[in-house]
Amino acid sequence: MLDSFLTRAALAGVGVAVAAAPLGCFVVWRRMAYFGDATAHAAILGVALALSFQVPIFLGALIVALAMASLVTSLSGRNVAVDTLLGVMSHSALAVGIVAVSFLENVRIDLMAFLFGDILAVNRMDLLVIWGGAAVVVGLLSWRWSALLTATLNEDLARASGIDPQREKLILTVTLALVVAVSIKVVGVLLIAAMLIVPPAAARVFARSPEQMAVLAGLIGAASALGGLAASWQFDTPTGPTIVSVAAAAFVVCTVIGLVRQVTARG
Amino acid sequence: MSLISCHDLTVRLGGSVILSHVSLSINEGEIVTIVGPNGSGKSTLLKTLLGAVTPAKGRVETADGLRVGYVPQKLHIDPTLPLPVLRFLGLPKPVARDAAMAALERTGVAALAGRQAADLSGGQMQRVLLARAILNAPQLLVLDEPTQGLDQPGSADFYRLIEDLRAELGCAVLMVSHELHVVMAASDRVICLNGHVCCEGAPAHVATAPEYRALFGTGTGGALALYRHEHNHSHDHDHDHAHEAAE
Repeated sequence: MLDSFLTRAALAGVGVAVAAAPLGCFVVWRRMAYFGDATAHAAILGVALALSFQVPIFLGALIVALAMASLVTSLSGRNVAVDTLLGVMSHSALAVGIVAVSFLENVRIDLMAFLFGDILAVNRMDLLVIWGGAAVVVGLLSWRWSALLTATLNEDLARASGIDPQREKLILTVTLALVVAVSIKVVGVLLIAAMLIVPPAAARVFARSPEQMAVLAGLIGAASALGGLAASWQFDTPTGPTIVSVAAAAFVVCTVIGLVRQVTARG
Repeated sequence: MSLISCHDLTVRLGGSVILSHVSLSINEGEIVTIVGPNGSGKSTLLKTLLGAVTPAKGRVETADGLRVGYVPQKLHIDPTLPLPVLRFLGLPKPVARDAAMAALERTGVAALAGRQAADLSGGQMQRVLLARAILNAPQLLVLDEPTQGLDQPGSADFYRLIEDLRAELGCAVLMVSHELHVVMAASDRVICLNGHVCCEGAPAHVATAPEYRALFGTGTGGALALYRHEHNHSHDHDHDHAHEAAE
């Protein structure tokens, strides 16, 4: 069954959607969109390092993403102008990463594949990494779910309940780096943040509880991955951006339905 | 027996000294209010007592297995987070629906059980937070400016509710406030804080203390007069009132 590259691509897309959905909910609830961006952009530097030291790309991306996510987390606790600083770090990491990749002379690589993903080239090993990563992310988030939610609501409230908000932040940092590392092949570093944010934003319209939102986001993300794959096959468009476009369309449709429902409820 | 106490606490935040030489203790069943002007370290003191801030000097002692119910100053719930009130009460530990409903009933907001927490008004949210805080039958209720943003009748109602809850649950109450007269009428003991403990004691005593007047003036005297006649017993009082000049 895994012999068809289309099947592998579909499984990879669904795997990323499953991993990104619950984490993406926290990114939305905690307003960490830029945080996701910075971490994802830093991963391209990890790709360059991995290629030059000849270690697996997943590993290089994971380590650099982890470093960036930890740096950003430690900054967000202090009273610095986080917004500007995140912007600086996010775009610098991307630029420096691309420059670093261009220095690699003896490796012929397709830069576009890392920026926008190369889902059709996913092999069995990639699938193992993606689904393994997704299992760890979903496992960690389910294990800490209530504590994470409480810490998201209010740090003092969490502390009074015996929860250490810093530890919960660490969980988010680790899972974010994991999601970034497993998503590079599927949507590329430029669009990982979109996979984190767009499906939960669409799911918000219909969700009545945090759990519903996470599950719905997973379904919307998976449907976008499959729909995007089909559309890119049909129209011969780059697959990663097509997946995100389908997710964006889903967001627009959901938002319009939500608005119509609001108006009819009032009238 | 003291539920929670601190001894010679000094707290620094970002290089500046917020609290110095603060000692206090909360006994079972009493209502203690910390009053003080803005920036006097009231919230920092609460956070230090709750373990959220580590003191530079001194220590906090807590009774073994103390159950604390905490009501934060304000809770902003991001509108992107769908969270029904009942589900909120079950965070972080799941609670039985009956127990959650009973707590909401007790604080007068049972009708809001199915509503989204992000849609609640400030006063409704405070009562939901209070319901959440009494779920684990606390020995100590800690409230940080619980009536901020409520109108006067609203906050008077809220403090009455707290007094009732204290009587029912037998818990001690520690709160921070700047609504002097309302709060003082509802307290057994008032601690006047301004980086250090300026004075403390029964409300009537504190209201007439020169340290308190120096901070708040005499403007609240009229409102207190009404109250003072019920409580004009003599009050044993043996701590010193050495008042350091404002640093």
